Amino acid sequence: MIWKTIKVGFHRLGSPASFYRFSTLVSPWLWAGFALCTAIGIYYALYVVPPDYQQSDSFRILYVHVPSAWQAMAGYVVMSILAAIALIWRIRMTEIMAMMCAPIGAAFTAICLATGSIWGRPMWGTWWEWDARLTSMLVLLFIYLGIMGLYAAFDDRRKGARVACILILVGLVNIPIIHFSVEWWTTLHQGKTIRIFGESSMHYSMMPPLIWMTIAVKLMFGAALLDRSRNELLTQDRRKGWVQKKLKSQGVS
Amino acid sequence: MSLAALPALLARDLRLAVRHGGESLMPLFFLFAVLILVPLGVGPGPNLLASIAPGMVWVAALLASLLALENLFRPDFEDGTLEQWWLGHLPVTGLVLIRLLSHWLITGLPVIIFAPLAAQMLYLPDQALGVLLLSLLIGTPILSLVGGLAAALTLGTNRGSVLLSILVFPLVVPVLIFATGAVSAAADGFSPRAHLGLLAALLVLALTLVPLAISAALRLNIE
Amino acid sequence: MSLLLEANGVTFRRQGDLVFAPVDLQLAAASALVILGPNGCGKTTLLRLLAGILRPAEGQLLRNGSTAFLGHASALKGDLNCRENLDFLRHFHGRAGLSSSQALVRTGLAGLGLRPARTLSAGQKRRLGLAGLLVAPRPIWLLDEPYASLDDAGGELVDSLLAEHTATGGGVVLSTHQRKPRLRAAHGELVVRKAAPEETA
Repeated sequence: MIWKTIKVGFHRLGSPASFYRFSTLVSPWLWAGFALCTAIGIYYALYVVPPDYQQSDSFRILYVHVPSAWQAMAGYVVMSILAAIALIWRIRMTEIMAMMCAPIGAAFTAICLATGSIWGRPMWGTWWEWDARLTSMLVLLFIYLGIMGLYAAFDDRRKGARVACILILVGLVNIPIIHFSVEWWTTLHQGKTIRIFGESSMHYSMMPPLIWMTIAVKLMFGAALLDRSRNELLTQDRRKGWVQKKLKSQGVS
Repeated sequence: MSLAALPALLARDLRLAVRHGGESLMPLFFLFAVLILVPLGVGPGPNLLASIAPGMVWVAALLASLLALENLFRPDFEDGTLEQWWLGHLPVTGLVLIRLLSHWLITGLPVIIFAPLAAQMLYLPDQALGVLLLSLLIGTPILSLVGGLAAALTLGTNRGSVLLSILVFPLVVPVLIFATGAVSAAADGFSPRAHLGLLAALLVLALTLVPLAISAALRLNIE
Repeated sequence: MSLLLEANGVTFRRQGDLVFAPVDLQLAAASALVILGPNGCGKTTLLRLLAGILRPAEGQLLRNGSTAFLGHASALKGDLNCRENLDFLRHFHGRAGLSSSQALVRTGLAGLGLRPARTLSAGQKRRLGLAGLLVAPRPIWLLDEPYASLDDAGGELVDSLLAEHTATGGGVVLSTHQRKPRLRAAHGELVVRKAAPEETA
């Protein structure tokens, strides 16, 4: 019963025209929320939070690094849920949205790796450390790239999306295993990994900007996902009647 | 269609592999190319070679398995034999497993047979040899399974081979870690049981899930 | 009369678009159905749907009996010789039909058993494909352009094989755009039409 309701709901939202309406309505609000939260977050991060007694000002990069890392992983979960729905119920809109999650997730993974590396230079003295988290993030980036490459390699967009959805689900099973194996591998090879902050080592005064930035990143993910999916939908359906009608109503021929 | 279809498919796959003689021996040539080139590159010091031996044998096994992936499903896809799989009453997962078995017999088994020789050439400590063979025995089927999945996913694309390696690489990270971890542990005099146990768990997981994913991917690609 | 194959409102979508207008068809035992239509109207797609290789986007499909599909791709291994190709099919499908050499003789390929399949001409490959139908008997035959690249004698061979198959209770669906088969059994015709572009609101 519940499944039926959910399925019908998805089908209704999944019709291209109603997704178009929904996303044009919602995404500006998400962008606005993102701008607001980022402004507050950056203000706190740069002016309110006191410098760390060990790392002085360089720790402030964590307000970009940590939310990106979280979003890189959360994005994968969102993508997997969409992929599962797409494969089970064959709803076209979720296929498109799952595919559009990949580049955004890959971007956050890349930001996480880049900021981690910039942060690691003063902290550990090297740009790259075979640390468990860094390594599994690198592997995650490759999985994201694989999904994007697979989708792009097909002439038939829908077929490409479905095949890539299988890869997404395989990756979902694999990512915890990869993370676990890499963690174990690094502890074996170089003793306990360096932990920059555990539960207790983070002072409560450092928390508010992290929360603001995390919310900001989540909103941005949602906004970018809606915009990208809408663009992809329009590109795929450019010859279809409803797009032509939309174009005419907006005075473009 | 009866279960006799499975041996018939295996026999035909192996016959084709034998007929392609040179191509089928490529993985083995590759193993030896790596074994000879790496000492030339890093120097012949026994200590250094012994410490990198498990990793090298495993990387060679991985690359050998990658080499043959492009031809795992593609010829059948192009000549129309693959679509015939969906006509019978036999579950496609069974046919997939047979195809992977023949891939393993061609790429995995030769590496296992010649691994003792490779271990000697790289000064691997004797007490680690048994574990190396055991890790290859458990681990190379996982390489065939994961590689087969990547081959099935990229089947409908025309630039399969580049994508193939991108897809395979992240998925085989755990295999490489646990397998070489087992051999290194044995070489250092520790028990390799934990690593081998995890490797076996990976094999069981892959054996149950991957054939289903491969059948689904093949199905999408022939449509 | 028992039905071997039944389709109700079957469609297929490629990139979200219908390939042909919804198809209804029934194939009874000991009968044949000829699918007609111009190039590119979806005859091959329909046959692949009937074979179970493709899954219909809408509609229902019932198959009552095992199916043989002979498509444009020969489904032969060029590196195996003719006899090996047939032996494989025979073992794969349960060894109930003609022996490989009998099938080669029946299809006019006697003496070519040891030739690698890749060295055959296009027409000979077609004949080998037909021989594959004989070594592994299945009640439903789905033949995509069975007359393509065959000479007159080959065309007559197809006609006589079809007659034999329907006489023994089998059913045949075949597509063609050229030669009208001379079928002795009862047969229907089905014209596949391109789907009208639909509006997704």
